[in-house]
Amino acid sequence: MVSAVLTKPNRTAFRRSRRVRESPVDRVFLVGVYILLTTFLIVVLLPLWYILVSSFSSPAAVSAGEVFLWPVDFTLRGYEVVFTNSTILTGFANSAFYTVAGTAISVTLTVMLAYPLSRADFVGRKILTGAVVFTMLFAGGLIPTYLVVQSMGMLDTRWALLIPKAVAVWPAILAITYFRTAIPDELREAGEIDGASDLRILWRVVLPLSAPMLAVIALMYAIVQWNSYFDALIYLRDDSLYPLQLVLRNILILNTDAGADVTAAIERQQLASLLKYSLIVVSTVPMMLIYPFVARYFTRGLLLGAVKG
Amino acid sequence: MVHTGLGTASTAPPPVATRGLGTPPSPRRRSGERRGRLRRSVRRHWQLYLLVIPPLLYFLVFQYVPMANAIIAFKDFNVVEGIWGSPWAGLEYFERFFSNPMFTTVVSNTFLLSLYALIASFPIPIILALALNEIRARFFKRTVQMVTYAPYFISTVVVVSMAILILSPRIGLASDLTGFFGLPATDYLAQPDFFRHVYVWSEVWQTAGYSAVIYLAALAGVDPGLYEAAKVDGANRLQKIWHVDLPSITPTIVVVLILSVGSIMAVGFEKAFLLQNPLNLSQSEIIATYTYKIGIQNADFSLATAIGLFNSVINLVLLVAVNIVAKRVTGKGLW
Repeated sequence: MVSAVLTKPNRTAFRRSRRVRESPVDRVFLVGVYILLTTFLIVVLLPLWYILVSSFSSPAAVSAGEVFLWPVDFTLRGYEVVFTNSTILTGFANSAFYTVAGTAISVTLTVMLAYPLSRADFVGRKILTGAVVFTMLFAGGLIPTYLVVQSMGMLDTRWALLIPKAVAVWPAILAITYFRTAIPDELREAGEIDGASDLRILWRVVLPLSAPMLAVIALMYAIVQWNSYFDALIYLRDDSLYPLQLVLRNILILNTDAGADVTAAIERQQLASLLKYSLIVVSTVPMMLIYPFVARYFTRGLLLGAVKG
Repeated sequence: MVHTGLGTASTAPPPVATRGLGTPPSPRRRSGERRGRLRRSVRRHWQLYLLVIPPLLYFLVFQYVPMANAIIAFKDFNVVEGIWGSPWAGLEYFERFFSNPMFTTVVSNTFLLSLYALIASFPIPIILALALNEIRARFFKRTVQMVTYAPYFISTVVVVSMAILILSPRIGLASDLTGFFGLPATDYLAQPDFFRHVYVWSEVWQTAGYSAVIYLAALAGVDPGLYEAAKVDGANRLQKIWHVDLPSITPTIVVVLILSVGSIMAVGFEKAFLLQNPLNLSQSEIIATYTYKIGIQNADFSLATAIGLFNSVINLVLLVAVNIVAKRVTGKGLW
């Protein structure tokens, strides 16, 4: 009974004090936070939405600047042109190849570098890690690198996009950190006692446990490879080797005629302008579709390297 | 993305091999011991040493050979005699660059562009993260996070084309909006003054959500006890942000800031080059694009290398200097 008498007022007092804590000032502040974030949301979404609705609008409406927040005279003409254009399709195929092959090469080399450097019993590990990290701080530059690629006979070949930037320092550091912190030493020792060689331990024990990290670095390499155009610009002449981004640059920014099969000059021009919107959508959709699934891993990777500098 | 990676490299645990107990061995014995250790390690783990060769060759060929090749900045490079055979030119190419009227233009353009980008893109992710951290409604929070993160995955080519389309006079989204407010239509990209705004704000648009992630993670790690204490002291939300959240993420802020200041002269080529047109060159020509034009388009290899080398050295000096300052001030640096 005593307790009942005591707790009841106590509880209301507690509740009241809690209400006091979410004071008017705080409530106003929170509303402000919501407004701020909604503004962020709109600012990011509006350009994407505008491009999307334009891509579904009629060529004439797009050229006249009539499109704002909703498609005008809905049509799929732009997409028809994109999917029948051989230059664009070749670009897609090339980029798919560069992304898959380049990522495979990069991940393999990164693991080959990172695993030994993560092992405490690997003599010379510190010097070699230092030498690798130093390349992040200082580089020979554009022309000296170009001369190397040239002397290796890689100019105007697919190799030029796969090899010269094969290993990046940041994923390597990520992999080293992961191998060192996430794989228990006991597992390796157990493998050694069972007589497994270092390669076998790497293949059978370490790599299967490293799937999250491998996913992260593969994604990092894949996104860079899919999105870059610079190496193609300087190393490639033959346009049948061009990756999608370089094709996009020529059509979207340099306004190279995409060769739409239309006779009337005006319609052709209008279509060329609509094509840009559709092309942006088509080339961006693959990334937009996979990113919600990969963003989590990506974030984890970003944090993996950042834990305690 | 290159951010913050540097820190981890130096945090290697000390090597475990401390066999010689008691008095420390003499230097000579120690080096002999090290050699012996290497030999034993190689014999036992030869597979590891074999494994590391291809990636090391990669770094040698594509990173260190170019550094050696940079010697052509001091030579009259010609293709026939090659890098090592070409005659020495001393500092001629550096002098040519410094006395060129383009020198001040490209250096100041590069510096101003990245300074502007730094000032604009540094605080926004922090504000975004702090704001998101206040929200308890999960759906809203997730949505804002996912949407603001998305542009990071769009390629530079596409972002620049979007900017061009949106800003195009008469038909773009921007002219719709300015028309709505009764402002006259402008061709933004034809005006040199707008180049920097377009560059910087499209950058902010693309990376703010991504950059916020690292601060959000730091905020998630704040000791809940601190919030309790703030509550007990009667702090309101703003005071809590000011006295708990901000101090907790200060180390992260410092690291990000060091890296951004350290790479202030390393503005990327890709975006500036795409946004360039003959009309805005007076502000859009930066060191990276100028090097490309001199080197690849004009094939003046020695001059382009000299310019690139000049830029690399400045970067290195800046990074080292910023790191020293940061260590002095906050006791925390990258290495």
